Amino acid sequence: MTDLTHLTIAEASKKLTAKEFTALELTDAYLSAIDAANGTLNAYTTVTPDLARAQASASDQRIASGSAGVLEGIPLGIKDLFATQDVHTQAASHILDGFKPKYESTVTQNLWDAGAVMLGKLNMDEFAMGSSNESSYYGPVINPWRADGSTENRVPGGSSGGSAAAVAAFLCAGATATDTGGSIRQPAAFTGTVGIKPTYGRCSRWGIAAYASSLDQAGPIARDVRDAAILLKAMASVDPKDTTSVDLPVPDYEAAIGKSLSGMKIGIPREYRVEGMPEEIEQLWQQGIAWLREAGAEIVDISLPHTKYALPAYYIVAPAEASSNLARYDGVRYGLRVDGKDIADMYEKTRAAGFGDEVKRRIMIGTYVLSAGYYDAYYLRAQKVRTLIKQDFETVFHAGVDAILTPATPSSAFAIGDKELAADPVKMYLNDVFTITVNMAGLPGLSVPAGLDAHGLPLGLQLIGKPFEEETLFQVASVIEKAAGTFTPKKWW
Amino acid sequence: MTLVDVRISEPKRYIPGATGDWEVIIGMEVHAQVTSQSKLFSGSSTVFGNAPNSNVSLVDAAMPGMLPVINEECVRQAVRTGLGLKAQINNRSIFDRKNYFYPDLPQGYQISQFKDPIVGEGKIVISVGPDRQGQFEDVEIGIERLHLEQDAGKSMHDQHPSMSYVDLNRSGVALMEIVSKPDLRSSDEAKAYLTKLRTILRYLGTCDGNMDEGSMRADVNVSVRRPGEDFGTRCEIKNVNSIRFVGQAIEYEARRQIGILEDGGTIDQETRLFDPGKGETRSMRSKEDAHDYRYFPDPDLLPLEFDQAFVDALKADLPELPDDKKERFVAELGLSVYDASVLVSEKAIADYFEAVAAGRDGKIAANWVINDLLGALNKAGKAFEETPVSPAQLGGIIDLIKDGTISGKIAKDLFEIIWNDGGNPAELVETRGLKQVTDTGAIEKAVDDIIAANPDQVAKVQAKPSLAGWFVGQVMKSTGGKANPQAVQALVKVKLGLED
Repeated sequence: MTDLTHLTIAEASKKLTAKEFTALELTDAYLSAIDAANGTLNAYTTVTPDLARAQASASDQRIASGSAGVLEGIPLGIKDLFATQDVHTQAASHILDGFKPKYESTVTQNLWDAGAVMLGKLNMDEFAMGSSNESSYYGPVINPWRADGSTENRVPGGSSGGSAAAVAAFLCAGATATDTGGSIRQPAAFTGTVGIKPTYGRCSRWGIAAYASSLDQAGPIARDVRDAAILLKAMASVDPKDTTSVDLPVPDYEAAIGKSLSGMKIGIPREYRVEGMPEEIEQLWQQGIAWLREAGAEIVDISLPHTKYALPAYYIVAPAEASSNLARYDGVRYGLRVDGKDIADMYEKTRAAGFGDEVKRRIMIGTYVLSAGYYDAYYLRAQKVRTLIKQDFETVFHAGVDAILTPATPSSAFAIGDKELAADPVKMYLNDVFTITVNMAGLPGLSVPAGLDAHGLPLGLQLIGKPFEEETLFQVASVIEKAAGTFTPKKWW
Repeated sequence: MTLVDVRISEPKRYIPGATGDWEVIIGMEVHAQVTSQSKLFSGSSTVFGNAPNSNVSLVDAAMPGMLPVINEECVRQAVRTGLGLKAQINNRSIFDRKNYFYPDLPQGYQISQFKDPIVGEGKIVISVGPDRQGQFEDVEIGIERLHLEQDAGKSMHDQHPSMSYVDLNRSGVALMEIVSKPDLRSSDEAKAYLTKLRTILRYLGTCDGNMDEGSMRADVNVSVRRPGEDFGTRCEIKNVNSIRFVGQAIEYEARRQIGILEDGGTIDQETRLFDPGKGETRSMRSKEDAHDYRYFPDPDLLPLEFDQAFVDALKADLPELPDDKKERFVAELGLSVYDASVLVSEKAIADYFEAVAAGRDGKIAANWVINDLLGALNKAGKAFEETPVSPAQLGGIIDLIKDGTISGKIAKDLFEIIWNDGGNPAELVETRGLKQVTDTGAIEKAVDDIIAANPDQVAKVQAKPSLAGWFVGQVMKSTGGKANPQAVQALVKVKLGLED
């Protein structure tokens, strides 16, 4: 029998329905893989074998009785940011030590309702703040990809580094992730996986620990475009508990795969070239353009003039919201408490011990930009920039562009503990330069693997679509995927 | 907010100081708990007095990943209140976060409305008086705004030697913060404003106004100035929880500020607390210690938007408000402005009065409600809701007077009987033999008896006819008050030959 963990969701579903193996066997195959690999890759913060086996057995019963859901028996990993009832939910932060919620996030509930099985909780940057998964209280996740002939450990990207690494290393069939500035797409690009951040409002945020509420959005990371489409359909829903979720029918994203691009207009933004970007990324981009042109799409040059302001504006808006969202972690009701001589002392000691450096940095930036006398100069201006960025996209979409093609990241996966990046947080922030505009405008963005760099590390292309037109992204991404093929790391762990 | 002085300085409101007259300037921020089944952004109950932490949802406790969902009934209540205050209703408003740390504020921020409140400028007409000449003065007080916000929980510092306890039952309950313009010029005006505001809220059913349960609290801004000068530096007295204390706090605070200024000092802008035990205010925190609340729009909530039809529907269902009711009582029932004011001061009284007055003479009904019922309640120290006499019973008494069954005097006795023992007025008249004697034969005999027994008085009255009342009184006494007074009077005159 082939390794069950190497099947895509689509393949595994067919075989489960055909009773070629049981859901329990599939789950056990993943649990064994996790057992063998997690000590090295550190993708999971917690594994839930008992729960997984119980869910898998229930799936087998439903398959037997002919009442299987669309994800019946499919073993998934869940980012630690999603509340999962009675299971470790700590946003990879010390401050949520021991926190096991009595509730289930809407997105994960949707997945369980579709028959999925939970393998455990996935490592991430603390409170989703980071681009390398190095800010986790549980230590960095190791990218299953290494440069050719090298034994140096690379980052899987972040903040959904555990999700991307687990999917790439066959430690789950697919994973939930979240994306505030690129946290799905950048790790997907670094690990040769497919990740989509849907339109803001497509997935409920209820039960997902908030980083920056106006930017946060859940989405899947998967092995291929089809699996990403299957997962997003199951995750997405309107939710009366999240009034920013949108009441639009969730289309059959899978049906968009393989449709012709003929008559479609793909925009190429001239502003998505940054200083010091490796030549091979430019080449990859040109290759992507060529593939789409060959597939019948019309390629048009476009301008998104406010792109360069997106990153600085993001690093005002996101920390501002974070500084307020993270105020609830105060040691009073749950998680870590470090006693102090009075309440203020307890707050200070708890938060000093509970939050890592990157989280503290963003809380301080956010507190500063919202302070009296600075609000207008920073927060208000950043919001105005955000409006301009949104208008940039509206203008090109209004002019007939169906989707926009850009590189996903300005580089391939970098080394863990990169000194230059560690010394200069702003350099780290530049990782999200291509992805952040999408969050600022609330648009859907998808990262699809398109090739390997000179060192054999995966590179991704990003597709940006109109609001709630994720179907277009799956349609175009499937063309790139078909041309580029899929990418699997050589097993060394 | 630019402060505009819309009042004319009047010597009658001046406060004399050692170095001349002063004028006090007052503005109020009233926190009124919205009457609603559930909280502003969660489904938890708002019932007062439940066991600590029993009305707490995941949202109220600010668990990770929880999101607020606006309670539409609270929005309707705020709009109703805005309409009742004749205020601008803003069809688009924005919820902001007010950030600060405190254990009874689980989110670390209060969801409030900062720049774009749901209700804008409005007004309340207060009646102040009576003055020495017995005159009442109507004063229009401007409303700056009304906004919706969450209440905090409650910290209890006296339950444990080293720890504080927190009760989150109130956490997230909807409050309306109603901000007046600095239009009030005396403690009496401030008290009248609070009283009137409470009356309006109770009429609307948007806040129960129970200050002792904390469902209504006032922050009072007080400053003093020389008449005609610009506004002075103000102090804010936080969380005053009774109308009487508001008056005391203002009196004390004005005196305190005048004392400092007359000694050549300056007022520090600060937040103060009123100590009801000592009757004084004391400093809580200075301007320098003021929080930087870092307000910003709450990204979890879309702007609150509704169309004009939503407002119009609420407007159409609005109950009659006290000012309108008062006008109607005066215009349609012929009541005096004073009587009408008394009757509309509480919705329960007005409702009671209207039930009594239905199909009866309004003035008579008003007299009975004000003089007899309110008088008796006042004497017994009872709240209006505790009245032992129902509108039907009081109406029955009035009917019995009108159809001549009982006299006005017997009616007072009957009222007392019903007050003490209850019962149906008509039946009581029968069973207790209170019926008015209109039989002229019986009355004639009583008159004859009194005349025969009092020859000296007869002589006096014949010399001075204005003394005939003495005979009427004696006859009424001898008949136990049951004789028809008009009939007695007529007979006395005839028998004594006083007829003109």
